[in-house]
Amino acid sequence: MSQEHPGQFKRTVLVTGALLTVFAFLVGFYVLPRAQTNTLEGIWQGICRAAGLVPARSPSTDVASPELSSVVVPSSMRGSGSPEQIGRGATLALRCTMCHGASGLSAANSPNLSGQYADVIYKQLIDYRRGARVDVVVMTSLAKTLSDQQVTELAHYYAYLPKPGGRVNLNDAPALVRVGDPIRNIAPCASCHGSSDRTANAPRIDGEPRSYLERQLIAFRSDARHNDVNGSMRNVAHQMTSTEIAQVSRYYAALRP
Amino acid sequence: MYNARKLVLAHLWAAFAVFFLALLLGEWQMIVRSPLHAWINVPEHYYRSVTGHGTAMAYVFPTLIAMGLGYAISELSLKIPLIGIRWAWAAYFLLVGGALVAVAAIASGTSSVLYTFYPPLIASPFYYIGVVCVVLGSWVWVALMAINLRAWRKINADKPVPLAMYANVAGAFLWAWTAVGAAVEILFQILPVALRLRETLDAGLARVLFSWTLHAIVYFWLMPTYIAFYTIIPRAIGGRLYSDTMARLSFALFLVFAMPIGIHHLFADPQVGSGFKFVHTVFTALVAVPTLLTVFTICASVEIAARLRGGNGIFGWLKALPWKNPAMLAVALSFVMLGFGGAGGLINMSYQMDSTIHNTQWITGHFHLIFAGAIVIMYFVIAYDLWPHLTGKPLVSSGAMRTQLWLWFLGMMILTIPWHLAGVLGMPRRMAYFDYSNPVIAPEAWTVVSGVIGGALLVLSGILFIYILLRGHRTAPAPQPEYTFSIPVHAVTAVPKILNTFGIWVALMIALTVANYGFPIAHLMSLKTSVPGISVAK
Repeated sequence: MSQEHPGQFKRTVLVTGALLTVFAFLVGFYVLPRAQTNTLEGIWQGICRAAGLVPARSPSTDVASPELSSVVVPSSMRGSGSPEQIGRGATLALRCTMCHGASGLSAANSPNLSGQYADVIYKQLIDYRRGARVDVVVMTSLAKTLSDQQVTELAHYYAYLPKPGGRVNLNDAPALVRVGDPIRNIAPCASCHGSSDRTANAPRIDGEPRSYLERQLIAFRSDARHNDVNGSMRNVAHQMTSTEIAQVSRYYAALRP
Repeated sequence: MYNARKLVLAHLWAAFAVFFLALLLGEWQMIVRSPLHAWINVPEHYYRSVTGHGTAMAYVFPTLIAMGLGYAISELSLKIPLIGIRWAWAAYFLLVGGALVAVAAIASGTSSVLYTFYPPLIASPFYYIGVVCVVLGSWVWVALMAINLRAWRKINADKPVPLAMYANVAGAFLWAWTAVGAAVEILFQILPVALRLRETLDAGLARVLFSWTLHAIVYFWLMPTYIAFYTIIPRAIGGRLYSDTMARLSFALFLVFAMPIGIHHLFADPQVGSGFKFVHTVFTALVAVPTLLTVFTICASVEIAARLRGGNGIFGWLKALPWKNPAMLAVALSFVMLGFGGAGGLINMSYQMDSTIHNTQWITGHFHLIFAGAIVIMYFVIAYDLWPHLTGKPLVSSGAMRTQLWLWFLGMMILTIPWHLAGVLGMPRRMAYFDYSNPVIAPEAWTVVSGVIGGALLVLSGILFIYILLRGHRTAPAPQPEYTFSIPVHAVTAVPKILNTFGIWVALMIALTVANYGFPIAHLMSLKTSVPGISVAK
């Protein structure tokens, strides 16, 4: 780079930069897509694909897929509800008492709702209402009568009720609950469902009826239940044996005081 | 130095205090996830610690080092008192305050999202506000560096900008531009959800914006180290800088190539097209140019030092090097780690090979080797070199310094090389716990135990480092010779204008960012995809 020709150096830098860019784009957007000869696409389609523009799949080739959960839990569900919301929720909850108990504790192998997280109840009720979770006999028809506001109030009411039970000693828990099985891609139950950690939208399951837990795990395993976000629960359940399902259900059910 | 002495000292002490606390967290993490310790059963505590360790080590520590060194360079190389010292103090308190707010948010358990934010995970808004304050503080520094250089140019028109200041301002401009990605991500995607103004965000777009920052930030961390390579080491070991031009070119090229390459962090992300992934691979490969220029120039400079001390032969000169000098030892150890880390980096940046090690423990090994190893070991040297000039008291314990550097090197190698191996075997990164009593993964248990041992050496090294600096404050004051930067072999009388200014390099940096990021960002924005934010607060 000569002192006498500073302009020349500048030009060299700019031309090199431009050539490099052109080269990189040419290979990335023309040569490589063309090299993938298994597609019957034209040049322009190849460029679009390399740019990330994926053509919409034609609906005719799609297999009918089950209704998936589309719930967006509003940020208002992150805190606790106002006294008014909880009060209205308590009134609304009168129609739930037949199965879920007068104080949210079931004597009928239905889930206990007392002290359940508000976002969980909100999501499940909306999923029932929209058809992402199906219980034709009871819950679907009940949920269809509820407005968004009522769902919010019910959720806050049940979250407000005390959760029975004390601190769990995880060291007594089965390995699947405590540490999961990484090789089979099974995360520890405790890392989402409480005891050691909690993930949004994951319910507390300690003290839930054993038959309910087993039924849900089997439903997830067979894809009959499919309202878990991104298949997170189905991916776990697919890997579980019937013995394991019975074992973890028994463990969590026994945590009922 | 004129009036920035206390300012620089405050920056460096804050940096090393944060560093030391985060170092302890790191070792705690190694212990609890190893088979040496019963599982704590609370992954949340582990992730809280990882978030604290990452936030402190990635955002607060290197930023404070770059700023402190930058203020020092401004006064020492330009030989004018720092302009805007009040602003600098205000920025310092903003940064430290922001860091404290972020740390408080992490400690409260509401912000365990890890330092890469991982949207749609949503932490407490205080966490993001704290991080934004850190960035705002550093932007004041960027402005001050530009202002001071400008003031110097006014009195020294057409004179070559001192190399240290040229490099320093290159680093500042790089940081100003690279921080924009994460700033936009936080302000327009994450913070509105954290503040409950919105329920959803575009996680794919947020990740692309973060990648804008994520790779170039590494070169921002690297800048103080490269400044030390070029402007401190040759002088400290009694040699000459082989080429001033080569040095300027390296810094200018880092400015250009650090930016348009971040999508190589998103090879597994479906929302980015493969064409852009390839383009980013090409530009990532080009970072090898300034890196190899540096390796060549520094090796040549070191050889000059050896030959000045009577070394001869093709390799015989290596024996003549001042190995007892901590600066010499550090640069050698740093190059070894840079070599291993760089070789691993070639695999990370290759679209195909990356899939073998993507999101495995390999990645953790890689960036610890490069950043915590090759880069941070030179931060120690910067402190050792500046300390006598900041305190007016000599650092006498050269033996302790060498022990400290060796401990750091050994600890880092014992920590990171098994991590690389574990990654190749498929161990995912950022897992709170593995049950190594499971026979299938039991053979990998030693890699984690090795991490505990390596981490323990690093903690020892950290303690020794803090001790050496503290002892430096207690030594009897002694007059220090004037601080100098290294002198090139050929005296710099004139520099091509292009290597004395930043215009074309900044223009290229912005142009290439637009070329490589413009379409993916515009495309993702047009899709208006959204997912619900997931609060991690309990």
